[in-house]
Amino acid sequence: MTRNTLLGAASTIAVIALTASPVMAQTKFEFWYGLSGDLSDRIQDMCKTFNESQADYEIVCISQNDYDTNLQNTIAAFRANKQPTVTQIFDAGTLDLMLSEAYLPIGQLMTDNGFDIDWSNYFSGIASYYSTSKGELLSMPFNSSTAMIYYNTDALAKVGFDGLPTTWTEVEDIARKMKAAGYECPVAFDPAGAWQWFEQFSAIHNQPIATKGNGFGGLDAEMVVSKGLFVDQLTWFKAMYDEGLFVHKGKDVGEGDLDSFANGNCQIFSGSIASHGSVTAKAIDGLNWDVAMLPMLEGHERTNSLVGGASLWTLKGKSEEEYKGAAAFYNFLATPEQTEWWSTVTGYIPVTNTGFEAMTEKGFYKEAPYNGREKAIESLTFTPPTDNTRGIRLGNYASIRAEMVKTMQDVMFNNAPVQAALESFDAKGNDILRRFQATYKDAVLP
Amino acid sequence: MERRAFFNNGSLPWLLIGPQLLLVMVFFYWPTTQALYWAFTLEQPWGGGNSWVGWENFLNIFRDSDYWSTVIRSAFYASCTTVLSMAMALTLAVFVDRSLKGTRLFQSVFVWPYAIAAPAAGVAFRFIFAPEAGLVGAINDVFPGIWNPAINGFQALAMIIVCHSWLGIGYNFIFFLAALQMIPRSISEAGAMDGARPFTRMIDLQLPLIAPTAFFLLIINLISSFTDSFGLIDTMTEGGPFGSTEVMVYKIYFDGFKGLDYSGAAAQSIVLMLLVISLTFVQFKWVEKRIHYT
Repeated sequence: MTRNTLLGAASTIAVIALTASPVMAQTKFEFWYGLSGDLSDRIQDMCKTFNESQADYEIVCISQNDYDTNLQNTIAAFRANKQPTVTQIFDAGTLDLMLSEAYLPIGQLMTDNGFDIDWSNYFSGIASYYSTSKGELLSMPFNSSTAMIYYNTDALAKVGFDGLPTTWTEVEDIARKMKAAGYECPVAFDPAGAWQWFEQFSAIHNQPIATKGNGFGGLDAEMVVSKGLFVDQLTWFKAMYDEGLFVHKGKDVGEGDLDSFANGNCQIFSGSIASHGSVTAKAIDGLNWDVAMLPMLEGHERTNSLVGGASLWTLKGKSEEEYKGAAAFYNFLATPEQTEWWSTVTGYIPVTNTGFEAMTEKGFYKEAPYNGREKAIESLTFTPPTDNTRGIRLGNYASIRAEMVKTMQDVMFNNAPVQAALESFDAKGNDILRRFQATYKDAVLP
Repeated sequence: MERRAFFNNGSLPWLLIGPQLLLVMVFFYWPTTQALYWAFTLEQPWGGGNSWVGWENFLNIFRDSDYWSTVIRSAFYASCTTVLSMAMALTLAVFVDRSLKGTRLFQSVFVWPYAIAAPAAGVAFRFIFAPEAGLVGAINDVFPGIWNPAINGFQALAMIIVCHSWLGIGYNFIFFLAALQMIPRSISEAGAMDGARPFTRMIDLQLPLIAPTAFFLLIINLISSFTDSFGLIDTMTEGGPFGSTEVMVYKIYFDGFKGLDYSGAAAQSIVLMLLVISLTFVQFKWVEKRIHYT
């Protein structure tokens, strides 16, 4: 269904609602989110559709620019008792929310308000990231993605490669040939992308980032990155960078990895499936490209990748009426139409099995510009989640991620020895974890 | 002879200073006490409780080698920006003071940078210094790879220092120019008649006479470079690459807001506050009292 027909349908409903029912007192509630630009516009569309679809509630959607800022502002607002009813929190902030005692679990909220949602319909990899160790889902899965790799297929053809590479060895080989064939930038590398280059690598190779199943088993988990496969991988990144096959792209050099791919300067980059829409929009004329699951190291079995993106948390301290509104909003999000619309206009994946099946049946993934997006689902559901691929349940994980960015920069640009750099990363990560544990010393992991 | 005003009414003075006192209380003492309290506790980011840990937060930051590198970096940053900014401002002020052609115009033009907000300047400078697209980046066309603050920590720090100094020039310039114009013309003219060239006059006559202003500016610049660098760093490098532009004030922001470690950040800001207080103390006790020529 296109956006226009949907809007049309919604406004018809709105007109009927307005003429048929007397004006009732609407309950207003706020929704803060951490997306900007095009994605923010889509959320505003969504809020408008919701407001026009019913007359009891009015959602006010406010962009806080990015995930970090939204988390900070939500915390500040919560401390001042001015919090929104619904807030969008990114993957790395999940445990911070879980221990905050500042939220209402989604399941309970929906049941209390008379909505019946089939939680088993949600992809297990997504649900497990936002669930307690006992399997209770705490927040509403919203914009979900996973990391992919994008290839310029013309460049692949030019160096004589059929299909898409599936191992890093192949990528290395191709990159070298591209360089020889005169491509200045075979692979765009942004060290700020610790999520795709490090976390997702660990997940698909079934490598732990921390003990106790990445922290699911308790707050006393310890970092183990310097003992795993990532040591080899980072060594390889460094070699690729030194050979000029990985080229540093990012906000700090003036051209981002996605932009350099879309304008044809770089031939390969790794990023979120949510970028699929942006690449389509930004690609210069005649750019032929495709997307694939992240490559593997030779001789390793692939496991499922981690879900990225964010989920919606309902905050405590609001009125019953506002919670009813929030529940109605979640119910609206869970409808197949809305799931499909959101996934179409953004590139985020549909988060439910039925949503995905419905879209597959319609042939959504068969044709350009949407084909290839189904590979994200394949990657996310490749195997049932293992202890290492269920998610990351580490306190203050955003800080640990920032340390990883520093570590990668230190190795690549400052020639820090890999093993020592990762050991020091583990040590810093442990400091952050112990501090978090001390801050929540009486808390039990839900 | 000393003259003093006395109020017979005991409550009137309190009423008069009341509004000011209230402002200071609300915007300074209250947050400071809060920070002080957090510095001795472990505060949960979402509220919901904290526990007393004594000096643990301070010991933690003092044990952290990363913290000491930010302290050393801040000291380096402060000295460089202060020297650079004051030297530039003084040079400009001396020329403007000599009443050359266009002086009136330059008097106002040189002040402009001070009116630009640091984040706005940061965004502009980020474009100017961008290695691939920027104005300065053009040097890479001649010598490939020579300029890249995105991977070279020293260049990144130098870039921020230059920007911070540039922002401070206007402020320093006004003070220097005012001080120079306060010097009686006859002194300079007498020097000139004795055959002193402009440069000699500046070194031997003007500089000693404006020393009080220079010392005042020195302290103000030092304090400002410890505390005001945030806007520039946040827009230009966000502390990177690999933490090489992370100064004390940025680490406080990062640990507190991004890292949600309120207590660690509070302890760090107490340390920074003590540093600034001690600089101010030097300013009041030593500079204002001892440097006197008139």
